[in-house]
Amino acid sequence: MTRKDNIFFLILLAPALFILLLFIAVPIGQSLFLSFHRLILSLPQLGSPFLGLENYKDLLHDPVARHSLWITLIFVCAATFFELLIGVLLALLMHHHFPGRGMLRACVLIPWAVPTVVSAQMWRFLLNDAYGMVNYVIFGAHTTEYIPWLALPSTALLSLIVADVWKTSSFAALLILAGLQVIPEELYLASRVDGAGVWQRFWRITWPLIRPALMVALLFRTIDAFRVFDLAFVMTQGGPADATNVLQFYGYKKMFVEGWMGYGSAISVCIFVMVLILAVFYVRMVGHRLLEASG
Amino acid sequence: MASLELKKISKCFGNERILSRVDLQVKEGEFCVLLGPSGCGKSTLLQIVAGLIRQDEGSVLLNGRPVDRATPRERDIAMVFQGYALYPHMTVAQNLGFGLRMRGMARDGIKKQVTEIATRLGIETLLKRKPRELSGGQRQRVAMGRALVRSPMLFLLDEPLSNLDAQLRINVRLELKRLHQQMKGTILYVTHDQVEAMTLGDKVVVMKRGEVRQIGRPSIIYDRPADTFVATFIGSPAMNLFRGELTQKEGRLTFHTADFLLNSGDVPSELAGAPVEVGIRPEDITIARDAGNAGDLLMARVDIISNVGAEKFLHTMVGNTGITVRSEKGASFQTGDTIPLIIDPASLHIFHKGRRV
Amino acid sequence: MMKGFLQESLFLSGVLLAAGFSLAPFLWFILCALKTPAEVTAIPLQLLPSFSLESFRLAIERYGILHYLGNSIIVAGITTFVSISLGTFAGYALARLPRRPAKIILMAVLACAMFPHIAIAGPIWDFLRFMGWLNAYQGLILPYVALTLPLTIWILTLFFREMPEELEAAALVDGCTRIGSLQHVILPLSAPGLFTAAILSFIYAWNEFFLALLIMTDPAKQTMPVGIALFQGEYTIPWGEIAAASFITTAPLVLLVLLFQRRIVTGLSAGAIKG
Repeated sequence: MTRKDNIFFLILLAPALFILLLFIAVPIGQSLFLSFHRLILSLPQLGSPFLGLENYKDLLHDPVARHSLWITLIFVCAATFFELLIGVLLALLMHHHFPGRGMLRACVLIPWAVPTVVSAQMWRFLLNDAYGMVNYVIFGAHTTEYIPWLALPSTALLSLIVADVWKTSSFAALLILAGLQVIPEELYLASRVDGAGVWQRFWRITWPLIRPALMVALLFRTIDAFRVFDLAFVMTQGGPADATNVLQFYGYKKMFVEGWMGYGSAISVCIFVMVLILAVFYVRMVGHRLLEASG
Repeated sequence: MASLELKKISKCFGNERILSRVDLQVKEGEFCVLLGPSGCGKSTLLQIVAGLIRQDEGSVLLNGRPVDRATPRERDIAMVFQGYALYPHMTVAQNLGFGLRMRGMARDGIKKQVTEIATRLGIETLLKRKPRELSGGQRQRVAMGRALVRSPMLFLLDEPLSNLDAQLRINVRLELKRLHQQMKGTILYVTHDQVEAMTLGDKVVVMKRGEVRQIGRPSIIYDRPADTFVATFIGSPAMNLFRGELTQKEGRLTFHTADFLLNSGDVPSELAGAPVEVGIRPEDITIARDAGNAGDLLMARVDIISNVGAEKFLHTMVGNTGITVRSEKGASFQTGDTIPLIIDPASLHIFHKGRRV
Repeated sequence: MMKGFLQESLFLSGVLLAAGFSLAPFLWFILCALKTPAEVTAIPLQLLPSFSLESFRLAIERYGILHYLGNSIIVAGITTFVSISLGTFAGYALARLPRRPAKIILMAVLACAMFPHIAIAGPIWDFLRFMGWLNAYQGLILPYVALTLPLTIWILTLFFREMPEELEAAALVDGCTRIGSLQHVILPLSAPGLFTAAILSFIYAWNEFFLALLIMTDPAKQTMPVGIALFQGEYTIPWGEIAAASFITTAPLVLLVLLFQRRIVTGLSAGAIKG
């Protein structure tokens, strides 16, 4: 390629990079900057003094923040685990050739197509303590035994996890299905000739070969789970008693409801750093393939 | 039609030197072949001439004018690619007319020229088809048609026959030669196949690892190879090459290896005692009728016989040295036979430090 | 023999379970839209609806769900168009630039997709307020373009890399400028990749809630997720209307996904396989 060409390419690249810079890179920088200051929107007379790391120190001692982190970690681990488990099962089902396979695929894609807030409202309805379908399925007509899933601290987080698993298992299933489809059919044929049974074929051929796809699914899902917000907002508003006060919701409350811009920025920076560490960790483990693909 | 001149073209990719100071002149109407093994830089050279890649050093001149800063569009050249590079989403007619359309020709003019070229190449029935519906040979013709239709100053062809099967390759090769005789275009043709080079080229440029080893008419390349690489690359089966020394004996210089010695004919006397390589082509070795006259007779044991139909090649051993000899197809030699070989000193090619002496 | 039958029935129950698990909750919810309010909250549960369209009427007339839908279409549509345009140029450039710088830029672009929305929401909100773009369509569209660009760029870069460079070379030799080769050869051939990127961008923009909540506070400009999330009844939760609204806003998306499921799966898996 000639030098003139390279300049042409850079010109093509510029608008996209500009938008990314303006709306993502610069705001991140600003958030970082803001996290080192105190800024309370409702008290403009306090100005915005530089605080150094004080916001972060406060965060460390903030019991609500610590609780929020704990809740979020539980959510991430539980949701991701079940999503991948169900995702693998769904992918295995969808990989098999059988009549009606297309219909199954369509059914599985529907939770993915439903907007998150809609699914949140849907689960709010299903988990209702008086006329929710879930209670009906479990307890039948014994209405006195119905559980107020979203109102009990002990079950609220579980409800969020269920809602998330329902919606995103299909996404995980799609990614894993892609990994399944790359496995050459001949491997299975050869193993059957060698006398391997269903379980052995899965354990020795399928499992090792879908690990990369699984890793990609794990990466994306974990990062997304850390950023959960919509479900907490619609289903529980962070309650009851902070039982579902996930990190991004807590940050939202502090920043946009109470107006604590500095403190809220510190929270958002923490979330970002955690996601970044996770991403780097995964990319190191799997990323050499990602990098190979990108050249 | 244009003349092409390359002056000291050099190109590196990263740390790898792809082309080293290549000098070349192609006259108007000449068919010039770049010949060499894979990796010798010939395709890169072609892309530099086309303007797709910029050289690091040196200059490309078309009709005496440097075109280094010109885009491919401005250079008015046509190119046939190894993979044909036909536009999959266009019909054959649109493929052929694309270059004309880009240069602003009117719709009717395009149609006329496309039809004319298509008829000449025998693909006029395919005009409405898409590339994926064509066979390999048909696609190749479309690729050629796309180049011909524009009547450019220079034609560049990058191994256009290598994707065709053997029989088709020979036919298309003949057609190419005929086309060139009719149209007298200036052609720069890249191949690794020496038969193509020898049959098609007015001038052959033998390249290895980015360097030009020899430039000349096919007969010169064949009869007087400039170095051992050219000598062994051209000709099938390859020229026999022996390593040994020249020594003075009875007032003449004789060549001897561990296994035999030969009269070496006219050789500069400074080379006495020097290590040399001596080559002889299989067809230049005669099989003696009788073991009568001594002199330059070598007794060789027949090891393997290659019967190619029109002739036979005997792979023989003299001691530990292999010698390939051509014999007529009717000859009845068997493996294990010992045959006498006569080598005429005048047919020897003598190389010192790789270069011709 | 028995083993085969056992496996078959296990498989079949697996399929039914999977289909039911995916479909049942949604279907049950949507059925509410066809029930009267009394039927929705009936205890014990009433399975069959009376097929009343009252909820739909209320959703449209009293809650104005159609205009939320309209806003979403405008925002998601324009976002997709802009994102694809910029992403195509960027993807093509990244596919053809030398490997090393391209790799770095691609990784940086990927990093941009990993930030939690809250980390950028505040400063963006500030910027939009400064420009007077709060509660304006461009105030949502521009951040959405930034959010969908990473995915678009990645899909298209991988796609363009697959295209043989000989085709472009042929176009250049035939007399195209670089832009001409883009226009006449590259773009027509990238339709599948563009399509996949477009669908995924559209779905993302359609779904986004956090920024929509913050930037559009005027109900006249709010998008569908905000409308659905903030659905308020006077005394009780208006499930029927929520369900009707959900159906109206989800049906087009579900249709889109079902129609193009093959493309979507291919597009998503392109990332997975390469990864």
